[in-house]
Formats: sequence, C-alpha cells, structure tokens
Amino acid sequence: MPRPKVIIAKLGLDGHDRGAKVIARALAEAGFEVVYTGIRQTPSQVVETAIQEDAKLIGISILSGSHLELVGELMRIMKERGLNIPVLVGGIIPPEDRDALLKMGVAGVYGPGTPLREIIDIVKKLTGVS
Amino acid sequence: MSSVDKVKEKYDEWVREFLIPTLRKVPEWRKFVSSFGTEIKPLYTPLDLKGDYLEKLGFPGEYPFTRGIYPTMYRSRLWTFREYSGFGSPEDTNKRYKFLISQGQTGLSVAFDLPTQLGLDPDHELAYPEVGKVGVSIPEVVSMGILFDGIDIGKITTSFTINATAAEILSMYIAVAESRGISKAALDGTIQNDILKEFIARNLYIYPPLHSMRYAVDIIAYTAKNMPKWHPISISGYHFREAGATAVQEVAFTLADAIEYTNWVINRWKMNVDDFAPGLSFFFAATTNLFEEIAKFRAARRLYAKIMKERFGAKKLESMKMKFHVQTSGAALTAQQPEVNLIRTTIQALAAVLGGAQSLHVNAYDEALALPTERSVKLALRVQQVIAYESGVVDSIDPLGGSYYIEWLTDTIEEEVMKIIDYVDKLGGMTKAVEIGYPQRAIAESAYQYQKMVEEGKIAVIGVNMFREEEELHIELHKVDPVSRERSIRRIREVRENRDKEAWGRALDELRRAADKEDENIFPYILNAVKARATIGEISGTLREVWGEYKPPSIF
Repeated sequence: MPRPKVIIAKLGLDGHDRGAKVIARALAEAGFEVVYTGIRQTPSQVVETAIQEDAKLIGISILSGSHLELVGELMRIMKERGLNIPVLVGGIIPPEDRDALLKMGVAGVYGPGTPLREIIDIVKKLTGVS
Repeated sequence: MSSVDKVKEKYDEWVREFLIPTLRKVPEWRKFVSSFGTEIKPLYTPLDLKGDYLEKLGFPGEYPFTRGIYPTMYRSRLWTFREYSGFGSPEDTNKRYKFLISQGQTGLSVAFDLPTQLGLDPDHELAYPEVGKVGVSIPEVVSMGILFDGIDIGKITTSFTINATAAEILSMYIAVAESRGISKAALDGTIQNDILKEFIARNLYIYPPLHSMRYAVDIIAYTAKNMPKWHPISISGYHFREAGATAVQEVAFTLADAIEYTNWVINRWKMNVDDFAPGLSFFFAATTNLFEEIAKFRAARRLYAKIMKERFGAKKLESMKMKFHVQTSGAALTAQQPEVNLIRTTIQALAAVLGGAQSLHVNAYDEALALPTERSVKLALRVQQVIAYESGVVDSIDPLGGSYYIEWLTDTIEEEVMKIIDYVDKLGGMTKAVEIGYPQRAIAESAYQYQKMVEEGKIAVIGVNMFREEEELHIELHKVDPVSRERSIRRIREVRENRDKEAWGRALDELRRAADKEDENIFPYILNAVKARATIGEISGTLREVWGEYKPPSIF
C-alpha cells in the first residue's frame, strides 16, 4: 500500500531551505509521497496545496522568527476550510514559542539537531502508518 | 642519496617498524577523512610537499598570496571585528551598533529584514509578519539616516548584506552621506550584491537570472568609476556551506561565480579587468574543522590569484588579491547545550585568523534559538579580542605555512576545486549551471549525506549525537519589540506623504525606461529614485513590472 502524502512547506519570506529539503528527502526515502512547496509560501497557498493534494500531514519550516503569526494564520485558515490534519513545525523556535505553537494546535515542534528517525517516526504515527 | 630519498627510506622504516605494529595493538578509533571525502594519513612529512617554495608559497603581499595578501598582515593592522547585526527598527539597531562600537567593534555589518531584502515595503501584506525579524527594516532613505545617527560614516567601514535590493540600499547610504557633506567617493564599505549565490543557496532573489546579473554588474561598473574605495560585491561561499556544501564545493562555486561576474563586467561594460577587480571581495564560512578550514582559505587565495592573472590577464597585484570576510558557521551551532557553541566559535574564529581573513564575524552562542542578545553578541566580540590580543597567533605571519599537513591539505583542496571549476566551464559558466540546477543539486546532495553521517555517528556533534542531555533550557533570548514594526510603517507613510510627488513620479518613470533599455546602467536611475524618496517597494516594484519575477522549480 502506498504511504500517505505529506506536504513540506516553507512559510513566509525565509529562504533557508536546507532543513526542509533534507526532511523532504528523508520522508520520501521512508516511503512517503512528499510534495515540497518550495520557498515563499503564504498560509493560504499551503492550505490550498494540502487540500488539492489530499495530504495527510503538513510539515512547516520557518527560520525567520515569524512562526507565531504565520502558523497562527495557517491554523486559522485550515479551520475555516475544514482541513483537519496534523501540522508539524521545524526551524529556529525559542522554547517559549514552542508552547504557544502547541497551544494553537500544532502537533509537534522540532528544532535543530532532531534526528531524522524521530521525524519519520512521528510522521508515521500521525498519519497512521504502522 | 638525496635528503628526500633519506627521508623516504626512514619513513618506510617507521611505517614498517613502528606504525603498523602499534596499530595492531591499538587500532585507530575511527576513520579519518576530510569533509570532501579524501582520506587523511596518520602523518605528513617533507615527502608530501609538492613544487617549489617560491612558486607555491612565496612571501606575504606577493603573488600568489598563499601566505597572505599584505606584507605585514596582522602585525600592522588586525582584521576588522565586524559582528553582523540588525533587528527591529533603525532606532533599535542604531543603539546596538553604538553598544558594539563601545565594546571595541571596529566595523559595522548590517543585517536587513526579509522585506527590505526582497523589495517589499513594511505595510505590504507579505512583508508584515516579517518586519524587523531577521534584521532591521530600512525601506526608505530616512530610515537609513536614523540607522547611522551619531556614527561617523566617513570613517567607519560598513558591510551591507544586501543582494536583490543592493542598489537601493547603496543609494540610500550615498544619499545619507551626501546629506552630511561626505562625498560618495570617500565612502568605504561593502555591499554583498552576489545574486548568483542567492539563486544557488540563499534564496533571496527577485528578478530572473539574466536581469539580476545586469543589475549586479551595473553596480560594479558604477562604483568602479565613482567610488574607488567601495567593494561593490562580496562573492559568497558562506551560504553554500551553510546550505550543506563541502569545503571544496564552497570554494569551487565561489570562484566559479567570481569568474562569471568578471566575464560579465568585461563583456557588458568593455572594462579592463584591472579597472574593477581590485573592488571585488569575498565571504567564506569557518566550521570547526580547524586545519581543513585554514587550508581552504589559503587554497582559495592562491587559486584566485592564478585565475585573475592567468585567465583574465590582470596586471595589477590589487586585482589578484582575494580580500575576504569570514563568518563562523551558523549551521555548526547547536540548540542543545548552547554554551558549548562558544567553544566551537572560538575554534572557528581561530581558523579564520590563521587563514588570513581581513574581517570576521563570530556567531553568538544562542543563535540556534534566536537572534543574539546584547550579552551573547558581546561574548562573540570578546572571542575575537582574546584571539587578537591574548593568544599570540597574530605574532607571525601565516604561522602554519610550511606545516606538511597544512600544505598537503592546501594542495589537495586546490586540486579538488579545480575539477569542479573545469566542470562548470564545460557547462558554459555559472549562470548556465544555475539555470540547469547543477550547484543547487550538488549542495542538496552534500547536505543530505552530511545529515546521514551525523545520524550514523560518523560526524560527531557534541550535545546532539554524543553526550546528549535531557535538560530544560534556561537562557535569556532576544525578542523583537512589536512597537518597532508600527514605527517603520508610520515612518514610510510619512515619507510617502511628504515627498515632492512630481520629482518622485518622474524618477520612477525614468527608472522604468532605463530598465527596458539593455545598454543603460541601471544604477544612476535607482540612486535618483531613492533621492526622490521612492521606497524600496516602489523601486523594485517598478523593476518587477519590466523584468518580471523569478519562479524557481522546487527540487529537493
């Protein structure tokens, strides 16, 4: 059975895409169908892509410090559009913002140094792959 | 028997009678390889030295500059202590600059926010969440004046990390200087203006590659004629390395970019290489791999001198000198046990100094978590000061020159770099290579392989794959004051209201026409628009209308 489709997205104007690309490739090698949006995505573009692709999870990468506003907006639009899939956030996220993101309904926050297998495991769990 | 033969004989004997028997008893605890995959031997000797001293090393200040670009190096003048910094509004950043200067910083380096770097005004919908986050918001000339309030720009050198909007920022700086009675010819500093590396790794481009190259090269031609002390470009390998490149790829793609810009200036403006090459400058990363990094800087310097002399026929020594800034590697910082980063950055900064850098930024230990605080950036500056004033590494020029290992590494990196440059030549130069995605893919591949090696424990990262701690983090982190953004927006609205509307409209019309004419230098028109108080969003908006925007393929 093919593995679920996941979206890896760069939200906002930030161009740091090393992490997003490494994660996208690791998930693809773990058998997921990965759609990488590329850089400079708006929250509504990411939601549209996820709906069109019938994705089971969204992975967001932000290193610009604008995660609270942009992820907040993403969660709001997802709710508005009735899209109820888990969202993971990675990047440069100060510890106290991590809690704020989790409160918004983000399923997990992963900073630098997180092992790839940990990401693969959580994505498997959240998308119901055993 | 020559002395080399004697060494060879003794070396073979040492391997046979000492090395091998010892290894049988005490095997090596890991494989020793360079970041670019070459195996490292247990010992280097005179047998590993290739070529003639005078030809390959020579003397500092003399071709091929392996030992340094100045005859006296740090004995006459230390490198510039230049901490990259910027956040919030120009008022916030100005305060940080004055603090850094009071702590002994000797040059400034401006970090701009993403909207400024992408030509969007702070009240633009896409800009709004990003205003003042990764750098300072400077969308019009009034803000530039505030940024340098109380700072003598006729004296201090400033580096601007600005690329797709480099001409707008340089124009604002010129306008501020002139308003203070300082001529543009007297200004000393650098704009990064390296758009090729934006397409390859840093991703802050606006226009398609060919228009972007015209924009960059027009600035180089303009400053070569009008601003003799200015560095109109800082050709950057830093961002390749941060995106995952090896040391060899970093140098190779940087030099391939240098070749591309040089060809462009010569072809587009029919200039002699010696008329603009002295203004070219460079920017590299320093990772924690001490000897490899030192050798990397030396190899890059020697190779650049050869390229300028042999490929481009440069006659002036100034055209062959690779002047470079170094920033310690941000990707090498860990969010785990952040204080350990101070130790890493000290080793990295040492590599830059032992490699002969002209200017240095040391990262703060908390930058894997947020922008630095006043305290953390001060410690970063202190790292430079301890190396400069206490360590003694500045006492003698190129103190590791002649080390068998360093010279072998320098030669090896040079050879490996040349293979990639030859390949880029075959592809038809860097603009073409970028269009087909060659360097982008090569770097993404290295990044992935690096990550896998970290996961497999082949590369050690203390606190991440060794000596991990499950402990809560308690450090004070920098926060951007939300009031800053509103201040930026209020100011740009005032600027828009209070300018001479007629002069402003005329300047943008002229800019539009110039953009459409291939043979015009675009820079004077941007300068004119900035002086007429056009905002960064209006100027790049005008150019976007004529040139279009680049939409990259999303490959991973």
